[in-house]
Amino acid sequence: MTEKSGADILIETLRELGVDVVFGYPGGAVLPIYDALFQQSESNRPIRHVLVRHEQGATHAAEGYARSTGKPGVVLVTSGPGATNAVTGITDALMDSIPIVVITGQVATHLIGTDAFQEADTVGITRHCTKHNYLVKSPDKLADTVREAFHIATSGRPGPVVIDIPKDVQVATARFKPAGPIAHPTYRPQTKPDAAKIEQAIDMIAAAERPILYTGGGIINSGPDASRLLRELAAITGAPVTSTLMGLGAFPASGSQWLGMLGMHGTYEANWAMNQADLIVCLGARFDDRVTGRLDAFSPNSRKIHVDIDRSSINKNIRVDLGVVGDVGVAIADLIEAWHVRKHPKPDLTDWWARINGWRATRSLDFEDRKDAIMPQRAIQALWEATRHRNPIITTEVGQHQMWAAQHFHFEDPNKWLTSGGLGTMGYGLPAAIGAQLGNPDDLVIDIAGEASIQMNIQELGTATQYRLPVKVFILNNEYMGMVRQWQELTYQSRYSESYSDALPDFVKLGEAYGWKGIRIEQRGDLEAGIQEMLDYNGPVIVDCRVAKLANCFPMIPSGAAHTDMILGAAQVAGELDDEAKALV
Amino acid sequence: MHIKEELKERHTLAVIVDNEPGILARIAGLFTARGYNIESLTVSEITDDNRISRITIVTSASRPVMEQIIAQLERLVPVHKVTDLTAWGPHVERELALVKVAGTGDHRIEALRLAEVYRARVVDATISSFVFEVTGGTEKIDKFVELMREVGLVEVARTGVVAIARGREAV
Repeated sequence: MTEKSGADILIETLRELGVDVVFGYPGGAVLPIYDALFQQSESNRPIRHVLVRHEQGATHAAEGYARSTGKPGVVLVTSGPGATNAVTGITDALMDSIPIVVITGQVATHLIGTDAFQEADTVGITRHCTKHNYLVKSPDKLADTVREAFHIATSGRPGPVVIDIPKDVQVATARFKPAGPIAHPTYRPQTKPDAAKIEQAIDMIAAAERPILYTGGGIINSGPDASRLLRELAAITGAPVTSTLMGLGAFPASGSQWLGMLGMHGTYEANWAMNQADLIVCLGARFDDRVTGRLDAFSPNSRKIHVDIDRSSINKNIRVDLGVVGDVGVAIADLIEAWHVRKHPKPDLTDWWARINGWRATRSLDFEDRKDAIMPQRAIQALWEATRHRNPIITTEVGQHQMWAAQHFHFEDPNKWLTSGGLGTMGYGLPAAIGAQLGNPDDLVIDIAGEASIQMNIQELGTATQYRLPVKVFILNNEYMGMVRQWQELTYQSRYSESYSDALPDFVKLGEAYGWKGIRIEQRGDLEAGIQEMLDYNGPVIVDCRVAKLANCFPMIPSGAAHTDMILGAAQVAGELDDEAKALV
Repeated sequence: MHIKEELKERHTLAVIVDNEPGILARIAGLFTARGYNIESLTVSEITDDNRISRITIVTSASRPVMEQIIAQLERLVPVHKVTDLTAWGPHVERELALVKVAGTGDHRIEALRLAEVYRARVVDATISSFVFEVTGGTEKIDKFVELMREVGLVEVARTGVVAIARGREAV
């Protein structure tokens, strides 16, 4: 059998694993791999390479691709700066459990440790922001390492895996070994929950008078089946459903049992229901601080069930009464089956729903619309009304616009909402939209952005142009880093330290310079027409939507406060917080 | 505002891992990244083929944090098994120290006498110095080193704790 170069082995293995697109940027230490990509035979389903403009963009594009398709995203970058530029996206994928495999070039093995040109200790730097990482020292080990990396990235709690490949390993040859069964000696994530725990959970659900299903990104990660099963579980138990930011779309926003998102910018009814519940069933969420608010006041009188594939998530922030380790989709299927086996009738939750409807009557997402300005919430609503029939994929940057999008854009299906939740990475949305559009060429993909965040990866406009991707960027431009300003109003008596967006580019001209269509919307009366113009254009469009400058995002649980201390509107905003609250993120 | 301290307990963990490059950095880094503390850490290969290592970690943490430490360690791909020996029950903990003492006359005689009491062996001697080898629990070693300070302690090297459960079962 003839030998192949490490670079050819890599390409062959990626193809074997079903990879159809790689997001990357060439450089010295990956030239052999780029040459192998170039020389792929057209007849053999070649891997498509998408050239980004900055390696961070490649990682977010891979995340967008992964989150919207359910398949792992793949990144290829060079050594040194290529790898370090990718670190933010890798960390983002770790925090949000997104399966990506990042292949980094490395200087030749004999140069490692000599401070060679473009050398960085990539495995050292990424050790704590990956699920796992590898330095491959022989072409012989490459194929199996890549297979194991994909297995680890996609199984259990998904996450980023880095494979660092020295340049000489890309050039040296070895025999290409066909895939055997993946048999890692110890890595065996538990997907099937213990039957006894499922029975216990059913006892608790059946006994509950005020249950709530608190769902998260784990349901999306588990696959479309998990979302379908969640709907069934909600139907048979009659329990209200709320979700974290990452879990939006797992349960349809049009469903009568939907309470909206919970947490810092969640709805009044979701947070009060969490606080007053006697049973919380946490499905694939992780009791993040943005969800719990003040820990000692979090849902004080409830029993808690936590289903998570990652045992370390259970009892990390909140002590629970029953921890169930397993894939959330499998767990929900088991719960439904056990419920049916016992022939449980649908519980009578009339009193509980009466209280929930009382909280709903607060209409906490309502805002005062204006004639003389475009309220950012109204802009999101208008975008939703104009596009809902097309079931679009929405990405966001990070800040006020992200929260308004989570509140006012309503999702019916999983894999349609791509946002940076855990790490909160400004600059995520545009590259993520590019990745999502590549994975879903026929879908409408819109990045809802802020004028500050969009500038963090603005260079990716060029990537969309090059690959003729018709992504839309809808900027809510209020000329402020709005969320920072909002916190300064709440915490620092409106001392706006560095939170204004000065020297903004003309986004219309900027878009045009990159070959995009640019649209500016300035008047309230032009909002709907402007959105329609964006949708009608067959190609990438950037919209500079000038919104009311000082609008803030409500409802809000201030830092260090309990769910019951929600601020519903600007009139309730206090001037200065105490030191304990200031010290919280 | 002042930062609050939590009540902590000392635990000894036995961690069985794949002997692969970077595993020690991965574990040590996990402790620093998540703010856990390490009192002692020892590592050595334990199989003929050199593929498995046993790491003994002594750490102190509150009970919930202890539970997290174990769960976080188990999450690492190359980690096979984590056993909390303190929670497991009776176990033996030992460390070895090499203690160098310099001096003459009464100090020298007293050092030898104390070494005998502590069952320390002389592994090197000159006219004016000894190197003692002493094994035992951490407290015994601490005490021995403290006593040697009075009679001319020059230098100490300690291995840190290794531990194993009592009885016939493997952890």
